[in-house]
Amino acid sequence: MTRDRSRARSAGRQRDGAAVAAPSRARPRASRRVERWRAQAAAWGFILPVVAYLVAFYAYPLYRNIDLSIRTYTVASFVSGDAPYSGFANYSHILRNPTFSPALVNTAVFTLVSIAFQFAIGLALAVFFYRRFRLSGLLRALFLIPWLLPLLVSASTWSWMLNSDSGIVNSFLQAIGVGPIDWLTSPHWSLVAVLIANIWIGIPFNLVIMYSGLQSLSTDVFEAAAIDGANGWQRFWRITFPLLRPVSAITLLLGLIYTLKVFDIIWIMTRGGPATSSTTLAIWSYQLGFGSLLPDFSSASAVGNVLIIIAVVFALIYIRARPRLEAL
Amino acid sequence: MKRRSWWLTALGVLFTAAMLFPVYWMINVSLTRTSDMRKSPPNLFPVHGTLQGYSVVLHQQLPYLGTSLLVALGTVVVTLALSAPAGYSLAKLRPKGGGVLSLALLIAQMIPAIVMAMGFYTVYIKLGILNSVWGLILADSTIAVPFGVLIFTAFMSRIPNELVQAARIDGAGAMRTFLSVIMPVSRNAVVTVSLFAFLWAWSDFLFANTLDSGGGLQPITLGIYAYIGNNNQEWNAIMATAVVASVPAAVLLVLAQRYVAAGVTTGAVKD
Repeated sequence: MTRDRSRARSAGRQRDGAAVAAPSRARPRASRRVERWRAQAAAWGFILPVVAYLVAFYAYPLYRNIDLSIRTYTVASFVSGDAPYSGFANYSHILRNPTFSPALVNTAVFTLVSIAFQFAIGLALAVFFYRRFRLSGLLRALFLIPWLLPLLVSASTWSWMLNSDSGIVNSFLQAIGVGPIDWLTSPHWSLVAVLIANIWIGIPFNLVIMYSGLQSLSTDVFEAAAIDGANGWQRFWRITFPLLRPVSAITLLLGLIYTLKVFDIIWIMTRGGPATSSTTLAIWSYQLGFGSLLPDFSSASAVGNVLIIIAVVFALIYIRARPRLEAL
Repeated sequence: MKRRSWWLTALGVLFTAAMLFPVYWMINVSLTRTSDMRKSPPNLFPVHGTLQGYSVVLHQQLPYLGTSLLVALGTVVVTLALSAPAGYSLAKLRPKGGGVLSLALLIAQMIPAIVMAMGFYTVYIKLGILNSVWGLILADSTIAVPFGVLIFTAFMSRIPNELVQAARIDGAGAMRTFLSVIMPVSRNAVVTVSLFAFLWAWSDFLFANTLDSGGGLQPITLGIYAYIGNNNQEWNAIMATAVVASVPAAVLLVLAQRYVAAGVTTGAVKD
């Protein structure tokens, strides 16, 4: 799709395009070919650092990760350098592990519930802030704070707020007559607790994108609908929401991809526990690789690769959807 | 009309207050005396305010803050040095294979950090740069470089071609054009990319914890993490550290709010 875009960009320079399409015509003008070759060399000179960087810091670690997952690695393997090849044994091992299905279910629930609430609240706030009022710009800026704070800061703040005995949330609940909830230490509530924190963190991102989506809509339709007597509710569901569908789709897909890999918040608040009640695939992978004194890097990277496969599926949907949505 | 606008403002203030309550609570707890920490119900305002927590930060956390600053600035430099030239090339020089590169960068952004951390760990242990600030800077830059290229490409595509052509007619080569024509007009993109690279590196916990947990120089996120693990009675000190660790975010928001919003939307929607 990016190639389409660059082709569109170069359409303005028809002479170049024609020369590429018909190289025989360009042959006599050898100097031009040299010039073009030099231009390509310069173009590549500027992207070469990033290409080398991607190979060294993305492709190679990923290759190492796959290599880890099809061998039996221990800490000793790093020193001795030999790790026996084990094929897909690590994968079948993690699939049969009793942690696998709770981790998969928790990942799905955590991701879907997070993005559903983040999106709904973010959109509602975007519509609210779209009706400009005094201080609306300032308040909208303040809304960004939760998203800019280090995740570790937000997670530890929420940990203390949700503390069973001394947390403000429980003392508020008790004031309105609801019994104290063991947010972080009860297996029924731990996933809810990390969800609340994660939704809070994700609202600003959704608000900003949906707000800019609203701004890009033409105001004529709204005026026409208002003249036709549509009320606010009808205008939102019949006009605004359908028009926002492309932006919504991108926001939701990005939210999905980002939420799949959430680690910090869950690790700080519950470490995936109690037991496996808030363990997601990212947490499980970390537990296997770094969470114990006896690291199992092979299983950890196998879990990590399962997570990559899920993320890449959605990434491909995103990449395919993007140009089509941009055209709308 | 005016009265209705007041009503909306009141509602907006209410929403914002609810949203920012955890931030307020962090500050409130950071000022609470240790003896009041387990009080039920907790004090809603720091009535017996104390700076005890902050004095602990001053005595114990300054080296961590210094390391974070170093790592974040290093990440900004690495990110700018790699992504600005690439953005220029993709936007103006039309390299063959540029489309594939853009696609690779897009996918790179979606790889879970935990997987990257594992890969880095095995590579770093071999190279012997585990627990080094350099290793951490390189790892942190992977969060920001793909985003940086995206922002620079989007921004530089909007620079008029006439400007580039004029420079070429004046005899400037690609490098000269980049340094003296493109970069000076790309200030906004530089600010946006630096801002996010700084914030992400400053906030990073996963890479720090996996690649630098035994290092002599550790960032502030590990400082807080060690607090939570060791003395979970001293919540005023933990929250005071959290407040101090949030200062860069607050400063950047005040100084560069429009860049933040621009960065979010360019990264996600526009191209």
